[in-house]
Amino acid sequence: MSISRADVAHLGTLARLQLTEAELDHYAEQLDVILHAVARISEVAADDIPPMSHPIAMVNVFRDDVVKPSLTRDEALSGAPSSQDDRFRVPRILDEE
Amino acid sequence: MSDLIRQSATTLAAAIASKEVSAVEVAQAHLERIAAVEERVHAFLHITEVSAIAQAKAIDERIAAGEQLGPLAGVPLALKDVLAMKGEPTTAGSRILEGWRPPYDSTVVQRLRDSDIVILGKTNMDEFAMGSSTEHSAYGPTHNPWDLERIPGGSGGGSAAALAAFEAPLAIGTDTGGSIRQPASVTGTVGVKPTYGGVSRYGQIALASSLDQPGPCARSVLDTALLHAVIAGHDPMDSTSINAPVPDVVAAARRADVRGMRIGVVKELGGDGYQAGVAQRYSEALDILQGLGAEVVEVSCPHMEYALGAYYLILPSEASSNLARFDGMRYGLRAGDDGTNSVEQVMAITREAGFGPEVKRRIILGTYALSSGYYDAYYAQAQRVRTLITRDFDAAFAKVDVLVSPTNPTTAFKLGEKLDDPIAMYLNDVATIPVNLAGICAMSLPVGLAPEDGLPVGFQIMAPAMADDRLYLAGGALEAALVDKWGHLLIEEAPEL
Repeated sequence: MSISRADVAHLGTLARLQLTEAELDHYAEQLDVILHAVARISEVAADDIPPMSHPIAMVNVFRDDVVKPSLTRDEALSGAPSSQDDRFRVPRILDEE
Repeated sequence: MSDLIRQSATTLAAAIASKEVSAVEVAQAHLERIAAVEERVHAFLHITEVSAIAQAKAIDERIAAGEQLGPLAGVPLALKDVLAMKGEPTTAGSRILEGWRPPYDSTVVQRLRDSDIVILGKTNMDEFAMGSSTEHSAYGPTHNPWDLERIPGGSGGGSAAALAAFEAPLAIGTDTGGSIRQPASVTGTVGVKPTYGGVSRYGQIALASSLDQPGPCARSVLDTALLHAVIAGHDPMDSTSINAPVPDVVAAARRADVRGMRIGVVKELGGDGYQAGVAQRYSEALDILQGLGAEVVEVSCPHMEYALGAYYLILPSEASSNLARFDGMRYGLRAGDDGTNSVEQVMAITREAGFGPEVKRRIILGTYALSSGYYDAYYAQAQRVRTLITRDFDAAFAKVDVLVSPTNPTTAFKLGEKLDDPIAMYLNDVATIPVNLAGICAMSLPVGLAPEDGLPVGFQIMAPAMADDRLYLAGGALEAALVDKWGHLLIEEAPEL
């Protein structure tokens, strides 16, 4: 199992990273090395072992459903790279044609 | 009182409370020290001088008015730049957050303010806490005060270096795989990763949510305990925060007693690959603990050798998901918004421009491990190994009260030495990672200098979840015995800068 440049480009698309040509080469090579190093975990026969997603087993942590003060609109927009009419301004989402 | 910067937090707090010195004088002494050494150390990304002096002034006025303040009131602190502090730059060491000022305080910062601890500034770190050297900071590395050519550890190298350079007596770190303990180890300071859920993560910029944990750092075990008590405890803003009383870590640090304690030496965390001087100081520390009345036994945790592999699948998987929020839409950097690029193109250009190489490497790795066809072989298998590691710890803690190991296989390595070799860098965390996978607590404290290079060696103590007090009982006893032997804390031997 080895990782190709095309695989890395696909992963870049999934992760919204516009990788450069040099990065595609570099990461394909490094990912291969890292995956070989971590592949040892498959040596452990563990099919009957339950997977652990979290160190503490808590389910359904609820809070009271009451309205409390939160950020004002100005505070929420204070870090926005672009805003307009009290809203976040974003680039076009749909194709124009 | 002379030489304010070399005092412990405990001593400073008492002197401020008794009006022997003012909180403003203490803050100013540390700000002057920062101004004098930062060019060489680079522990801080941002100094909060104006708010620090204002806060110190208010504390002095309240003391003058006869008010009784908390046990650390007026003591300065260095805050890792991964925790949101309202109105102050918070970058997590990344270009993608350059210039961002959070509109709210993290719970840790809120509790520091409520305890009248004076925040001096935000400390340097590997970008989004991914690294063991601070070399992955977008703003340049921090230098180890013991040897400026060497790494201060990471990701919290800035916080540890600030302590070791006497720029602050207290610091906050965060620990996902060793980012508090490894920097403590290589700088001759003390750091604790509390039990997962022991300290609120609200307002901590997330790396891997099932592993991340903020914690206290200082130059002595007692100072660390006092800070631990300030920041720990249930927080309704963090749904993974444990709703139970915090163990009395301060009382444990003061008691500092290992008589009758059963201490387990983890067979798999030591031996081959550990530097000779690290092994030597570690073994001497075990003899000291035995001499103090502890029962030292060897225990086996057979799955520890798989921890690193499991961690480097679980962490990138969670990180690739957590870092999806940095898309240039609501805060932080936006690049490529030229009116013709689509929103997806702008996101991809922004993330390419804003993230550094290690962050991209882990996002790609995590995206791969979670993608269909590979999920079971990588992510799910890593989660099963996590269960086995947790069971190893459970079995060991049925026999002993605490477990111990060297914190790191080596002392501080040279800047640049491992930067282009991710595997060599990752191996540095081999003894600290299992603790995060299981969600238990651990401390690193200094036990001497390695004879071959004269650099600090860290000793790791591990205890079960919500038994954080045991770290301080054992750590306090070991530190007291070493101070008896040396006549001072190890940090006193750090070079003058």
